[in-house]
Amino acid sequence: MKRVLILTGSVAAIALGGAVAQDQQLTIVSWGGAYSNSQIKAYHEPYTEKTGVKIVNEDKSANALAGIRAQVEADNVTWDIVDMLQADAQRACDEGLLEIVDHNEWLAPAPDGTPASEDFIEGQLGDCYIPQILYATMFAYNTEAFPDGGPQTIEDIWDVEKFPGTRALQQIPQKNLEWALIADGVPDDEVYEVLATPEGQDRAFAKLDEIKDHVIWWSEGAQPPQMLADKEAVIATAYNGRIFNAQVNEDQPFEIVWDRQMLESDGWVVPVGNDDKMELIRDYLFFATDTQRLADQAKYISYGPARSSSAPLVGTFEDTDIDMKPHMPTNPENLETAVTFDVQFWTDYGDALEERFNAWVAG
Amino acid sequence: MASTDGAIKEPILAADGTPLKQALRRSQARERRAAFLLVAPLLLFILIVFAVPIASMIWRSVYNPEVRNFLPQTAAALQEWDGEDVPPEPVFQAMAADMIVGVEKRTIGRAAARINREIPGARSRMMRTAREVDEWSAPYREKFLETDERWSDLDFWRLLKRETRLVTPAYYLLALDYEYTADGEIRPRPEVYRIYKALFWRTAWMSMLITGICILLAYPISYLMATQPTRLANLLLILVLLPFWTSLLVRTSAWIVLLQQQGVVNELLVALNVIDEGGRLRMIYNRTGTIIAMTHILLPFMVLPLYSVMKTIPPSYLRAAKSLGAHPFRAWWRVYFPLTIPGLAAGCILVFILAIGYYITPALVGGDSGIFISNLIAQNMQGSSAQLKLAAALATILLVAVLVVYWVFNKLIGVDKLKFG
Repeated sequence: MKRVLILTGSVAAIALGGAVAQDQQLTIVSWGGAYSNSQIKAYHEPYTEKTGVKIVNEDKSANALAGIRAQVEADNVTWDIVDMLQADAQRACDEGLLEIVDHNEWLAPAPDGTPASEDFIEGQLGDCYIPQILYATMFAYNTEAFPDGGPQTIEDIWDVEKFPGTRALQQIPQKNLEWALIADGVPDDEVYEVLATPEGQDRAFAKLDEIKDHVIWWSEGAQPPQMLADKEAVIATAYNGRIFNAQVNEDQPFEIVWDRQMLESDGWVVPVGNDDKMELIRDYLFFATDTQRLADQAKYISYGPARSSSAPLVGTFEDTDIDMKPHMPTNPENLETAVTFDVQFWTDYGDALEERFNAWVAG
Repeated sequence: MASTDGAIKEPILAADGTPLKQALRRSQARERRAAFLLVAPLLLFILIVFAVPIASMIWRSVYNPEVRNFLPQTAAALQEWDGEDVPPEPVFQAMAADMIVGVEKRTIGRAAARINREIPGARSRMMRTAREVDEWSAPYREKFLETDERWSDLDFWRLLKRETRLVTPAYYLLALDYEYTADGEIRPRPEVYRIYKALFWRTAWMSMLITGICILLAYPISYLMATQPTRLANLLLILVLLPFWTSLLVRTSAWIVLLQQQGVVNELLVALNVIDEGGRLRMIYNRTGTIIAMTHILLPFMVLPLYSVMKTIPPSYLRAAKSLGAHPFRAWWRVYFPLTIPGLAAGCILVFILAIGYYITPALVGGDSGIFISNLIAQNMQGSSAQLKLAAALATILLVAVLVVYWVFNKLIGVDKLKFG
């Protein structure tokens, strides 16, 4: 009798599964704007359709680290899944704020059976971190400012005689110092080695000094396309998706300089303290990071999928006939001289270099 | 006669027979309690949203649990160490034991981040070793040094020994551009890292300048408003209040549109041939931008108290002074101006204190030379936990500075004389 009861109970539970999921919901934190939109289209909507789980979006990723820390410290975690930069994810993971991820157990293998840990692009997986997309930060310019052809290399960016005009740079040391060293002749693969030494740091700042009078600073991703459009700056560093958006949706005469683009990833983390929802969270992550879903996201924004197996599936932009492949930072042609952003280096040296950078900017 | 004597000896009784004094005290206490209950929600509110967070912020700025709590055995073993040579085996053994516990409890990263704050690069070395250490066996010292020669770095071990304390002034030193040497002495930071002291000064003098400009602009406007017929005065008042009601972000963005190099002002100057195409003025993303935008935003806080005070000054005072032979300026300076001081002082303290902690406008239009200390506090709050503590130290210093300003102001003018509106 008891066994029968248990049996009917579990049958009922399975039958109810769909109905239970209807009441369930996930709070997912991301960046907002076109980026969140691409996630809603590629991940959230298909997932809700499949399972009935409601997904609530919060656009708070800009404060992700501080937000997760506050929630975990207060023992009141309301964010289930957070979209975060890899460097911040590393810091949060070190601080014990994030769940540790077993990638092969949590994530789907590639369609050909390659386990997840080998399918994701090398160096992008973190202890607590599942990458979704790779994005580039690189230089772009307004072609109207350079009728005879714009800058093509990092050295050109530093050549204020040949390419006069204001440069807009992001007000952080990350990437600017790397580019400065490259412009100063340091080979790409030695940049971080040099930057770890006091002499290398002096050298990078001295190189930045050369163009300081021609620089204005930005802090939000939306600013550089605006500055280029207003001709407040003629050359700017920017996220490649933002420039793509200005080129395609706003018809701006911008050109991207792919030389020494800096490649970084952005991805999911799970704050600790979500134990009772873990099953649902893992179910979502398994679904949303599989090969097809990552390729789908590239339909809505020009960021490269973090799985190797997704690359061949990338199609055209939304419902247009614009092929997304040449706009991807992971496109082989764009990737030729790419420099991979070293998350470990910046987790180690970030505090010190940020301070020195702030002092340098304000001084 | 007898009854009067009795009344003096016997206490006066209330209607219910209790002594009147007691009954009065009781009913007053009841009223006091009722009054307290009425303000209790506000008190509670202030306690929860104001006092507690500030106390926690101050505590955070000195709280230093990382080494003591997350490397406890190492901290204890280091107390025996003289700091002269690479520590002996027991210290490394303790470190290995702490690391194994730390990896399991996921606290090793916090200890590593704390040390990394002062020795950049120490974090990844500690984390790498911590991942391997559970496979090692004694003697540990050689193993550590084999893995990475930087484990013999004396500065690292001295730092651990020094920062074993639960409360540290380290973040206040940083906030004032000082640091510890490896020997634990305090010295100014290298020139290239100094920033916070200079930014505190910049925040102070720019706030003063903004307050000064606000006085110059607000005084005549307020005078005009106070002396015009009601209808015109009301119109002027609305003109002053209109920007006050407009969103801060909208007003700041409007200044960007006006002042940028391709903006309205520059276009106009170029069109009028005042400047040529190459000589467009840079009026935004620098100090000028911050001063212009903040003066505009804070102006109503100066106009309103001034206006309310000026309205109460009868115009006959000035006429009387003049009829007694005073020069118009002397009449204004000796009679009118002193009467406006309560409003002026209130405006000054409002504008100055608001300005000194201002964040959003300098962030949007300040560029590099126009940012305030609050911008760096905000930036540090987004970062690592060490940066968060530095932010807490900076914010505490700013809070103390504001309290000092208030105290000086109270000594000079007297807060009870202020008139806010």
